Amino acid sequence: MGHTIAEKIISRHAGRLVHAAEIAIVPIDGAMATDTTAPLAIKAFHEMGGRRVWDAGKMALVIDHAAPAPNERIANLHQMMREFSAEQHLPHFYDIGSGICHQLMVENGHVRPGDIFLGADSHTPTYGALGAFAVGVGSTDLAAAMLTGKTWLKVPHTIKIVLEGTLRPGITAKDVILRLVGDLGIAGATYDAVEFTGPVVARMTLASRMVLANMVAEMGAKTALIDTIGLDLDYPFDPIHPDPDAVYKAVYTFDVSELTHQIAVPHSPDSVVPLTQVAGQPIAMAFIGSCTNSRLEDLHAAAAVLRGRHIAPDVRMIVTAASRKIFNEALRDGTIATLSEAGASFITSGCGPCVGTHQGVPGDDEVVISSTNRNFRGRMGNPNARIFLASPAVVAATAVAGRIIDPADLQAR
Amino acid sequence: MAYKAKQVIRGAAHVYGDNIDTDRIIPGKYTKTLDLSHLADHVLEDLDPTFRDRVQPGDILVAGDNFGCGSSREQAPLALKEAGVSVVVASYFARIFFRNAINIGLPVVEIGRHTIADGTQLEVDLARGEVRDLSAEQTYAAAPLPDIMLAILDAGGLVRYLQITGDYGDS
Repeated sequence: MGHTIAEKIISRHAGRLVHAAEIAIVPIDGAMATDTTAPLAIKAFHEMGGRRVWDAGKMALVIDHAAPAPNERIANLHQMMREFSAEQHLPHFYDIGSGICHQLMVENGHVRPGDIFLGADSHTPTYGALGAFAVGVGSTDLAAAMLTGKTWLKVPHTIKIVLEGTLRPGITAKDVILRLVGDLGIAGATYDAVEFTGPVVARMTLASRMVLANMVAEMGAKTALIDTIGLDLDYPFDPIHPDPDAVYKAVYTFDVSELTHQIAVPHSPDSVVPLTQVAGQPIAMAFIGSCTNSRLEDLHAAAAVLRGRHIAPDVRMIVTAASRKIFNEALRDGTIATLSEAGASFITSGCGPCVGTHQGVPGDDEVVISSTNRNFRGRMGNPNARIFLASPAVVAATAVAGRIIDPADLQAR
Repeated sequence: MAYKAKQVIRGAAHVYGDNIDTDRIIPGKYTKTLDLSHLADHVLEDLDPTFRDRVQPGDILVAGDNFGCGSSREQAPLALKEAGVSVVVASYFARIFFRNAINIGLPVVEIGRHTIADGTQLEVDLARGEVRDLSAEQTYAAAPLPDIMLAILDAGGLVRYLQITGDYGDS
């Protein structure tokens, strides 16, 4: 019986051949926590009797969820993280403005193809874009990994998704993954790994692969694993492909050729409809950010729509780049100027508005269009607001029109 | 209070529906704290604002499919535990919530589809893997936990487990 990508990676780490449903204790190649999860993890680490992190070079801490600190309570939690990083000599401590944790882990090579990585954040499966087995955990699981350098896991069953055909111009990985979340449902891949392969994947950039992998969290999946076929990295790596006779829980083939812009409507990311069904819906706020869609190609897509245009007078638009590196690249190539001249407001690279912490909380009854991954009630900090999820180009076009619109339908400049 | 796997827990059921996400268990804006009472003060705020005042120590939270989907915030099971919830029973759980709950010593039990009514008295027998609805005189079989989870729950959570064992052992 052949192995899925997940089974291959876990087998290699466990030192024996494993298949789905077995329990394995495995060494991990890296661990990460944020300012939402690190304080509890540090506390648990100390309570467990931890003195030194198992391998300081493999541990990253990121201040991104409430950065810069909006109040003294959070400022003190940030201080706790800085002190812990100094005391443990952690070489990979990322302070405010460095970027969103998941972007930083990939951008700086802290996670690589074939790795097992634990992140104390539910969007950790994003690193499946690299062919890494990356799992989101809570603070205490992370503390145990910091102490032992290991974790226990149940080898997941795998759902395989084969993407065939050719995406129409303007249709993106975000539309693909929204459609898949809509079709499989919010719990459609609970406890499973989701493997992506096929010619569409082979042509995708790393940034687009990260969009696909990121939102498997919205199907309840344990992790995503994207076939490394066509993957271009700036360091050498061993490609990982599933065995032809691997056993899958389910295999879906999806021809993306007819796919149009997709939108998740309130209040669940699996309530997905074609844009045409909600076109004309007025909005008050537009947000481009998050670990899903705020990389350079996303900012470029927004700028292509906004160049020479201005957002509607009754709309506010907030943009945050996924990292300082991306912000600087967008600064150098003129993207930031284009977005700013169109009326966008920039905030520090981080998670704030997506997770409702600060910087961009909507008012009662306001409607938001957002390039993020979740639109649960209260997600952006106000249970009385309504959130629609879309690709960056649709968010930008909607900001211009003041209502949900296909970028192709904006009036000629 | 930590509940051990050997214990039988009795309490009144607070019943909610499917797909209760972590934003509704504890909104992200309240999670940045080490003060657990602050979490308990806002537990289930956007789902049922009356829950905080009605819940009694030892009460049992009951839900449908996919309880705890969404974020990895351990603050979600911590908020429920701190508010006095003794055990969470659901058709099934989202995976990170399930692991987090066991890790902090909050028992979680999966029983598939059920007809437990709000306010009913329940008895949860973790060792036998049973949930008994005392009002409807109905018994539900619980999905078994892997040995490592039972051991963690028995220790009162993962912190205590590692205090005792020091390590996970080998694969």
